[in-house]
Amino acid sequence: MTPTNMTGTNITIKVPEISRRGLLAGLGGLSFCLAFGADGPRLVAAARADTADAIKVTPWVRIAPDGAITILTPGAEMGQGSMTSLPLILAEEMDADWSRVVLEWAPADADAYGYRLGNERQMAIVGSRAVMLYFNDLRIAGAQVRKILIANAAEKWGLDPALLRTAPSAVVDPASGRRLTYGEIAAFGKVPAALPAVDKSELKPKSQFRLIGQSVPRRDIPQKVNGSAQYAIDVRLPGMVYASALHSPAHGNEPDNWNDAEIKAMPGVIDTVRLADGIAVVAKSFAQAMAARRALKASWRKGKVDGFNSVNALEDYVKFNTDPAARTQMVDSKGDAKAAFAGAAKTYRAEFFSDYSYHAQMEPLNAVARFDEAGNAVEVWDGSQDVASCRALVAQSLGLSPAQVVVHQCFMGGAFGRRSVADYTAEAALVARAVRRPVKLVWTREEDIAHGMFRPQNYQSIEAALDGTGKVVGWRHAVVGDGGMMLLVGGMKIPYYGVPNQSIELRNIAHGVRIKHWRGVAHNFNLLAIEGLIDQMAVDQGMDPIEFRFERMGATPRARKVFEAAAKMADWKAKRPDDRALGIAITERSGSLGAGVVEISLNRDSGKIRVHKVWLAVDGGIIVQPAAAKANVESGIMYGLSNVLHERVTLKDGAVEQSNFGDYNVMRMSDMPEEMNIAFLDSDAPPTGLGEVGTPFVMPAIANAFYRLAGKRLYHMPFTADRVRAVLNA
Amino acid sequence: MASFMLNGKPVAADADPQTPLLWVIRDHVGLTGTKYGCGAGLCGACTVHVDGRALRACQTPVASVEGAKVVTIEGLSVDASHPLQRAWIAEQVPQCGYCQSGQIMKAAELLASNPKPSRDQIIAHMDGNICRCGTYPSIVAAVERAAREG
Repeated sequence: MTPTNMTGTNITIKVPEISRRGLLAGLGGLSFCLAFGADGPRLVAAARADTADAIKVTPWVRIAPDGAITILTPGAEMGQGSMTSLPLILAEEMDADWSRVVLEWAPADADAYGYRLGNERQMAIVGSRAVMLYFNDLRIAGAQVRKILIANAAEKWGLDPALLRTAPSAVVDPASGRRLTYGEIAAFGKVPAALPAVDKSELKPKSQFRLIGQSVPRRDIPQKVNGSAQYAIDVRLPGMVYASALHSPAHGNEPDNWNDAEIKAMPGVIDTVRLADGIAVVAKSFAQAMAARRALKASWRKGKVDGFNSVNALEDYVKFNTDPAARTQMVDSKGDAKAAFAGAAKTYRAEFFSDYSYHAQMEPLNAVARFDEAGNAVEVWDGSQDVASCRALVAQSLGLSPAQVVVHQCFMGGAFGRRSVADYTAEAALVARAVRRPVKLVWTREEDIAHGMFRPQNYQSIEAALDGTGKVVGWRHAVVGDGGMMLLVGGMKIPYYGVPNQSIELRNIAHGVRIKHWRGVAHNFNLLAIEGLIDQMAVDQGMDPIEFRFERMGATPRARKVFEAAAKMADWKAKRPDDRALGIAITERSGSLGAGVVEISLNRDSGKIRVHKVWLAVDGGIIVQPAAAKANVESGIMYGLSNVLHERVTLKDGAVEQSNFGDYNVMRMSDMPEEMNIAFLDSDAPPTGLGEVGTPFVMPAIANAFYRLAGKRLYHMPFTADRVRAVLNA
Repeated sequence: MASFMLNGKPVAADADPQTPLLWVIRDHVGLTGTKYGCGAGLCGACTVHVDGRALRACQTPVASVEGAKVVTIEGLSVDASHPLQRAWIAEQVPQCGYCQSGQIMKAAELLASNPKPSRDQIIAHMDGNICRCGTYPSIVAAVERAAREG
C-alpha cells in the first residue's frame, strides 16, 4: 500500500492506494502472470490469454521499460521479514537486479496468490510457514519469467536460447558479449500464450544463488525508523469517525441493556452500535470514544462462560483425565504401549500444567472500514495474517459476497497468531455500515486483553516405560484442555525419538473462552512435558541428558546433529560458576528441528529465575535470509522467555482478571539474556519454518536447568517468581 | 485550545485540555508515527520529547504542554539521518516496528545527556519501553553504534 499525501491545512491525510483485488476475480488456478510495461504484452493462464488485455490482469511481476521490476508480495508483514524474503525468492530465479525491484502487496485473492495446501490455495501467513510454503512456487514463477526473457532475446539475436545466460536484470550472449537488459526486452518483448514449463532441474543450484543465503536489508525497516510505516491504526480517511468497543466480560454473551442515553449525551459521541457480544461507541475522536466506552454500564445475557474459574477448571482436568466416561481422541499411536508398560522394568510418570496466555501484540487490535455510497461494497484496512479469510469473514458477517469486500493490507504491530481471525475487522465494518461513515475501530489495551483469544490452559500426564536394558520402549502422553486437535496437540508427536510403542491422546473440554494459536501453539507446553520427563529419567538413570536421548530414546540422526551442535556451541560439559546451571531441550515446529541450551541463575529469596545465556542450533533447511532468520529465531526465544517467566491470564467469575501491562507482565530489557547464540545447520533441503522454533525449547530448558540448581522440578507454566518461591519452600 | 511547537511548527489544538497529547498528535495533527500501545503509561510506545524530556504522550494532557517544544519521531530528523535512525537501520532493529518510534525517542533522550552510555546505563534507561518482538539486544547494539559512530 502506497500512501498518497493529500495536504490540507496542517493535516496530512493518508489515502491508501485503491485495491486491484476485483480485477482478478474468476482467474482460478492462475499461478503466475507477467506483463511487460503499460502497453506491452501480458502473460496470463493460457485459457484466459485471449482476454488478458481486456481484463487487465494484475500480475506477480511487471517489468517496466526503464528496468524497474515490480513484484507482488503475499508476505503479510508482522516483523518476521517475509514481505522481503518471498519476492526475493522469485527475484533470485528470475535473476533480477534486486536494487531495481519494487514491492507491492498482493491482493486478497488466494486463488491467484495463495500457496498450495492440499487441494486448495491459501494466503494465511501462519505457523511461520510463509517461506516454506511459497518457496517452490515462487522459484518456478521466477524461472518462468527468466525463460521468457531469454526467449525474447534469442529471437531478437537469431540465436538458440540454450546459448544465452542471464546476469542481474540482463540477458547475455557469452559468445559475442552482447547484452539486453530486462527493461530493454520489456520494450519489445512478446509473451507466449502458455507459460513455459520449468523443470526443477532448471532451477539454480544453491551454489549459484546471489540473493538467497545473503542478507539483504528488509524493505520495511526504513519506514519503521521514521514513523512512516502504515499500520491499520494509522489509516486516516476523509470524514472518518472513531469507535471503541466493550465486549461481555464473560466471552460470548449478548448485550442486554446499557446506559445508552447517558453515553450518547457525552462529548463527541455520535452513536452506539450493538454487536453480537458487545457494544461499540462511535465518536468524533478516539479519546472521546474511549471515554464513552469507559462510562458504559452494561448488563449482559447469560452464557456458557459465566462463572468460569480458570484455576478450578485446571484442577478439574486432573480428574477428567482419568474419567472413564471422558471422550478420548487418539493423536498418535505406535506398537503396543499397553504391553510395553505391562512388561516394563521401570516406569516414570509426571504431570504438568500450563496457564492461559495472551498474545500482547503491541498494536491493539483495530481496523478501518468504509462503505461505498450505495452501501453495496466495503473496503477494510487491516493488518492481517490472512487477507483472504479476513475478506471472507467480513463478507459473512455483513451478509455480503466476498466480491463486495476489498481488503487493504497494512503492516502489523505484532501478530503472533492472533491476527489470522479478523473478528475486529468485521466489527469495524458493521459499525461503519450502521453509522454510514468511514470508521476506525480500536480496541483499548484493556479490551484487547479482556476480549483476548488465549493459548489454552491445559494439564498433561506423561509416562515412559523402560525395558531391562534401560531403553525407553513405551510412551504415553495425554493432554487435557480446551482447544482440540488445533490448539492442544501440536508437538506431542515425537518422530525425532525412536520409541517403539506410543499412545498419545487428547481429552477435550469446551469452556467457551476465546482461544487461539499463539506463537509455537501447543509445542510450548507439550515440549515442557516431553523434555521435562526425559530430563527426569536421565537424572534418575545417572546419565548425561544428551547421552540419555542418544542411547535410551533412540534419537534420529537429524536430532543427534542438532544436539551435538548445541552441545558444542554451549561447551556443554564445561564447568559453570556454582550459582549457574545449564538445561537442554529439543525444539521442533513447522518442519524445523533444533536443540537449545540455557544458562540460568536463581534468586532463592524472591524465586526469580534469570536466564543469562542461550544457545540454539537449528536445522531449518536452506536459510533464505540469514540475518532476518536469526532475528526471527531470537524473537521466538525472547517470546518464550517472556512467556514462561512472566505471563499468565486467569479468569474468575467468567471474566479475565488481567487488564494491561501492569498485571499482564511481559519481558523488559533488563531481563534479556546477556548472550544469545544461534546457529543454522548447513543444509540443501528446502526451507522450513523459523519464526516459532525458537520458542518451545525455552520452557523445558529452563525447567531442566532449575532442577540442577534447586533439586526440584517445575511442573506448572509460567515459572513466575511467586510460583518458583512456592516450589522452593514446599 | 492548547498551543505548542510540534517538530518546529506552531500547533493550536482544538481539543479538551485534558485530552492526552498522544491523540492530539495522532488524530488532530495527523502525525501517526507516535503509537498507542497501552494508554496507561506502561509500555512507552507513545514516547515523545517535551522540551527535551522523553514523556509518555498518553499520560500527558495537552494543556500541560502549552508553550512547550514537542518533538515526535517525524521531527527527530528531516530525513532519518539522526545517528540513532541510521544505527537502527544498520542493525536492522525493527521487527513489527510498532514500538520503535518510542524506543528511538527514549534512546535519543539518553544520548543527548550521555553521549557514551555504558551497556548498563542503556538498559536502565530503556527498561520502561516494551518490545514484544524482543528486539532488545539489537536496540542495545544500535544505541552503542550510534554512540560510537555519532
